[in-house]
Amino acid sequence: MTTDVIQDTDHQHDEHHDHKMTGLKRWLYTTNHKDIGSMYLWFSFIMFLVGGAMAMVIRAELFQPGLQIIEPDFFNQMTTVHGLIMVFGAIMPAFTGLANWMIPMMVGAPDMALPRLNNWSFWILPFAFSILLMSFFIGGGAPNFGWTFYAPLSTTYSNGSTAFFVFAVHIMGISSIMGAINIVVTIMNMRAPGMTYMKMPLFVWTFFITAYLLIAVMPVLAGTVTMVLTDTYFGTSFFDAAGGGDPVMFQHIFWFFGHPEVYIMILPAFGIVSTTIPAFSRKPLFGYSSMVYATASIAFLSFIVWAHHMFTTGMPLFGELFFMYCTMLIAVPTGVKVFNWVATMWRGAISFETPMLFSLAFVILFTIGGFSGLMLAMTPVDFQYHDTYFVVAHFHYVLVTGALFSIYAGAYYWLPKWTGYMYDDALSKWHFWCSLISVNLLFFPMHFLGLAGMPRRIPDYALQFADFNKWVSIGGFAFGLSQLIFLAVVIKCIKGGKKAEAKPWDGAEGLEWTVPSPAPYHTFEKPPKID
Amino acid sequence: MTKTPDQNVQKTVKKLVLVVFAMFGFGFAMVPLYDVFCDITGLNGKTANTAAQVNDKGVDESRIVTVQFISHLSKGIPWQFEPMVREIKVHPGEMKLVKFYAKNESSKDIIGQAVPSVSPGQAALYFQKIECFCFNHQPLKAREDVEMALQFYVDPELPEHISTLTLSYTLYDVTESVES
Ligand code: HEM
Ligand SMILES: [Cu+2]
Repeated sequence: MTTDVIQDTDHQHDEHHDHKMTGLKRWLYTTNHKDIGSMYLWFSFIMFLVGGAMAMVIRAELFQPGLQIIEPDFFNQMTTVHGLIMVFGAIMPAFTGLANWMIPMMVGAPDMALPRLNNWSFWILPFAFSILLMSFFIGGGAPNFGWTFYAPLSTTYSNGSTAFFVFAVHIMGISSIMGAINIVVTIMNMRAPGMTYMKMPLFVWTFFITAYLLIAVMPVLAGTVTMVLTDTYFGTSFFDAAGGGDPVMFQHIFWFFGHPEVYIMILPAFGIVSTTIPAFSRKPLFGYSSMVYATASIAFLSFIVWAHHMFTTGMPLFGELFFMYCTMLIAVPTGVKVFNWVATMWRGAISFETPMLFSLAFVILFTIGGFSGLMLAMTPVDFQYHDTYFVVAHFHYVLVTGALFSIYAGAYYWLPKWTGYMYDDALSKWHFWCSLISVNLLFFPMHFLGLAGMPRRIPDYALQFADFNKWVSIGGFAFGLSQLIFLAVVIKCIKGGKKAEAKPWDGAEGLEWTVPSPAPYHTFEKPPKID
Repeated sequence: MTKTPDQNVQKTVKKLVLVVFAMFGFGFAMVPLYDVFCDITGLNGKTANTAAQVNDKGVDESRIVTVQFISHLSKGIPWQFEPMVREIKVHPGEMKLVKFYAKNESSKDIIGQAVPSVSPGQAALYFQKIECFCFNHQPLKAREDVEMALQFYVDPELPEHISTLTLSYTLYDVTESVES
């Protein structure tokens, strides 16, 4: 009797402790991985809408040939900040959000290893993006030198936004690095007893490897922007030929970061669809260990292919060949992955819930992006395709229908676990089909525009490109609007709906489904047993 | 003695932070590495910025190489700057003297600096300058003009497949950085 009472008060005390802080303070001071994960996800969605609004401005200007709506300089600011926000503000934080929510639950840990650091990594992000966006209202305007900030555009010819840009990138970089350290430390030290490395879900593996990539290359980005800063304001000449520097070296250092960065944005996507496809095919993932090795070799290869972005800078033949073959080599482990996903589905009992639809679209459309990548990897043809809309088509297929679609797949898959309710199925299907159709209308014709010679990052174009651009713009507006459906689904799902069971998907595997839905504020305070 | 989980966490964090700093340093280390790499291979088309030795490998009369000269003004320097000969044919090993003309067309005194670059980049190592105006700053008073000399030879070991070299000079205004 007495013990019962004591246990009860203990329990109440715990509850009390959890919800001590309310309102804004709870979110400011929280060290709970689920809270922080949610904040990351919301933040990335807001940034997605901001960056998306800029894309709408770009497509409005490109709706017709000629200059209609905005000045060329503002157009350049739009393309630049759109790119920066989508890469660093939308895709990367969304992945970090998923990592925060899911990794501790998947490895059976009570929280991330460094909860307070986790709070910091999130809360410095809004400052970074405020600084970046502030530059629109100050002096010469926002960065207009492209998300790749090539010197001397960002140094000698800067419109005065370089300092804002550099500080914003520094803060984003610090945030990513802290987030990545947290992920690595959590995975290395917090796994439940019995959870060996080769028993970890592939989702965890891909984030583990991605975090290593981040730790390796974000500091290089920090170094690059620092050199740009001192070149612009403190008279150094890292990239200034007049002072003995070399602008081509900028491209080498930038792409040494830049290419691994694109894999930072796709490896987690591989992890997500490797979770959803087995769940809805009701079969275990085909070739789990080959998936792990493929991920690791992609990560390794990503360090020795950077100059495929620089084929036209006048590299010697040997360099061109080396980077061409290395780049093509990446298609091998990537092919292994696609093969494994297809083999997982082969003869599976497939059902087409929304997460599966997004995953299937991912496999097909990401592969199209991989193929255009292979075309770009061929040095001689890249001389024609470089800096045209073909490149734009390529990286939007891998990033939008690749990374973004995988995030949607993951979001729909785990929404029941997060909110405790099932999402509105019909509405989510609307979201999927509208997105699927519009995204292809938006990006597929860009391949042809590029092959026909339309250059990227230019606010005007020759008359013969007019028809295609009109369709592309219509696709763009439709895609933009379709994303609001997702917002509606999420809000509706948070407010209520059909109660979700602990495991709403009958084929799902993993520890996260052993806890109730919605996942309690604290999970696995006692490590689960793994066999 | 086994470590507590906290100690393990600290150990991992320390290692990772070390990697972060190392990679930050590596970013900067790429600058000298790149220069060394390019000096050895000549890949970026940069030529040596000190005088070369006089040719002691003889003249290869059996080959003729075309050397072209072009000039660029960087943004904002109010000079006229042009090669006085656009193209000459030389035998590898043969010493040649060409001149460039520069005139300060503004009413200010300006210090210029010409930066050479050879294309194809591979040929940079074989373009030997005995004397070049690009080794030094070139001050010009307002409206002053000058003929500047370049004495060079093409190394006889120039790879067979290269028959044309283009030497490009870009002229920069370095007044501010020289004076400060
Ligand atoms: C099979 C794999 C891939 C190959 C062979 C490949 C190859 C290439 C090549 C050669 C370029 C340079 C094109 C040019 O500028 O002329 C390029 C650009 C690009 N790729 Fe890929 N790629 C692959 C996968 C990916 C993935 C997975 C992502 C990201 C998720 C990605 C993102 C990008 C981006 C963002 C650019 C353009 C960067 C810019 O100039 O702004 N690529 N790709
Ligand atoms: Cu790349």
